[in-house]
Amino acid sequence: MTSRVVRVAAGQGFWGDWLEAPIRQVQGGPIDYLMMDYLAEVTMSIMQKQKSRDPAAGYARDFVPLMERLLPDLVAKKIKVVTNAGGVNPRGCAEAVLEVARRLRLGGRLRVGLVTGDDILPRLDELLAKGHELRDLDTGRPLAEIRPLVRSANAYLGMAPVVEALRAGADVVVTGRVTDTGLTLAPLVHEFDWPADDWDRIAAGTVAGHIIECGAQASGGNLLKGWKSVRGLEDPGFPIVEASPDGSFVVTKHPGTGGVVSVASVTEQLVYEMGDPRSYITPDGVADFTTIRLRQVGKDRVRVSGVRGGPRTGMLKVSIAYFYGYKAVGTLVYAWPDAYEKARAADRILRARLERLGLEFERILTEFVGAGATHGPLAGRPDPELPEVQLRVGVRARERAPVERFTREIAPLVLTGPPSVTGFAGGRPAVEEIVAYWPALIDRREIEPSVKVEILAA
Amino acid sequence: MTARAGVRGRGRARARGPGRRGRVLVQLRYLAHARSGDKGNTANVGLIALAPELYPLLEREVTAARVARHFRGMTGRVERFELPNLGALNFLLHDALDGGGTISLKTDAQGKVYSTALLRMRIPVPAELARRLGRAR
Repeated sequence: MTSRVVRVAAGQGFWGDWLEAPIRQVQGGPIDYLMMDYLAEVTMSIMQKQKSRDPAAGYARDFVPLMERLLPDLVAKKIKVVTNAGGVNPRGCAEAVLEVARRLRLGGRLRVGLVTGDDILPRLDELLAKGHELRDLDTGRPLAEIRPLVRSANAYLGMAPVVEALRAGADVVVTGRVTDTGLTLAPLVHEFDWPADDWDRIAAGTVAGHIIECGAQASGGNLLKGWKSVRGLEDPGFPIVEASPDGSFVVTKHPGTGGVVSVASVTEQLVYEMGDPRSYITPDGVADFTTIRLRQVGKDRVRVSGVRGGPRTGMLKVSIAYFYGYKAVGTLVYAWPDAYEKARAADRILRARLERLGLEFERILTEFVGAGATHGPLAGRPDPELPEVQLRVGVRARERAPVERFTREIAPLVLTGPPSVTGFAGGRPAVEEIVAYWPALIDRREIEPSVKVEILAA
Repeated sequence: MTARAGVRGRGRARARGPGRRGRVLVQLRYLAHARSGDKGNTANVGLIALAPELYPLLEREVTAARVARHFRGMTGRVERFELPNLGALNFLLHDALDGGGTISLKTDAQGKVYSTALLRMRIPVPAELARRLGRAR
């Protein structure tokens, strides 16, 4: 076994992250892999919505122009890309990348690995008929209750198909719903030939993935501890994992970039979206976060070691998106004096009008932004001297009509309600369709035989 | 960290009586930092000691029951997990996000700032430590 390190650099922490980050990662110093995570829980449902309007859509479209900018450098420096930008249409995404490669005259010099098989929407009825109930992990309700409303259903795949694509020589691996952590783990398993059942190393690579999957959130972005002293966030260095064959790794960032990599920055990211720290379950294994050791070993260098893990489970998580209903949020701004009282009065008037109109909502939620919208009663009684307060009223219903009518009740408050009101230039609030998330589990043996890895050449 | 023996102890006796004397209430923001996120309708808050020696104090004082009381009306059941290796506690606040994800109407639909909302909580701290933190009063 060599003592070399493999560098995996995070390029995107979510769909919509800073577009310059991947460019900086490729140009700012040596890296071996550029890992780009685009998929959050709600992202698949947004992509599904787009695909239902345009069958060629359904993936992170930003990824394609990004590849256009990056491919010549990536090919020259032999940097590989692993990404779940494929969303609900990985084939469309892979083909778009190939087209870009041809346009850049990289024909014959680029292989795109395409991972499919996570999409189980076409098989859903077959799976339900076989007795897989796909119960909601949070509520315990069986999927049958909402089956006609399902818009997308994807199993979370782990590192295995990505490793397979890399072994087959892929330079860019495009997947659908592969776990965020699997994207970082796969290159390490591939490079170091870690056995898939070396649970401690699998856990270590998983922890590495968790640390960098949200991009700069591990390297000074959104860092609470000492936030005022974090410098250079106009050009934040996204995190890079320098992994060693033994499973330990250093989290760092390119020299000369902003932000900070510290025990605090890494710890804040480690606890982000955490459940039971002893069992961080992925398709590849179960990591024990209570075994992680962190040590600052240099400027912007944190060594991570000691990670222990256990065997993977027999189940895969499934992310299902289904049509839920409609919502809209209307806002108005009330100014001093008595800004909060005016906003409250406006809310009372609005609610009375909605009631008189006989509109039925599943939920009406009023918040007073600037006076406790995020911390609720913990923020204490609002100061009567507040310069302004934003009234923010949201409604949700299964039917579109009451939500639509609600959006017409905001502007009238300006001339028919409390005084000193402004901030309505944006016009009527939009009615949004709610596509909701239904997490479930399924036996992995139902999924894995259908997972396919293809190598497409430019 | 503590001047008096017994403060670290987990004994029930500390809840009232002599154990409480010589203590002052200090807001968690001076003892910890935090980050929060979501999983569906559950918010998680990771509470991290500002210095490793403050962790035992957090572990003792910031119990699941107290956090549930702190967030009264804002959350359902609260679970706590310990990560002494990171000087951190992880709290799960169930049913705290008005349905969560795309369903929620909340500004903070993903529980991103439950982190600092927890840092508003005050816990009893030995006076000597509070003095060192500059929070004696």
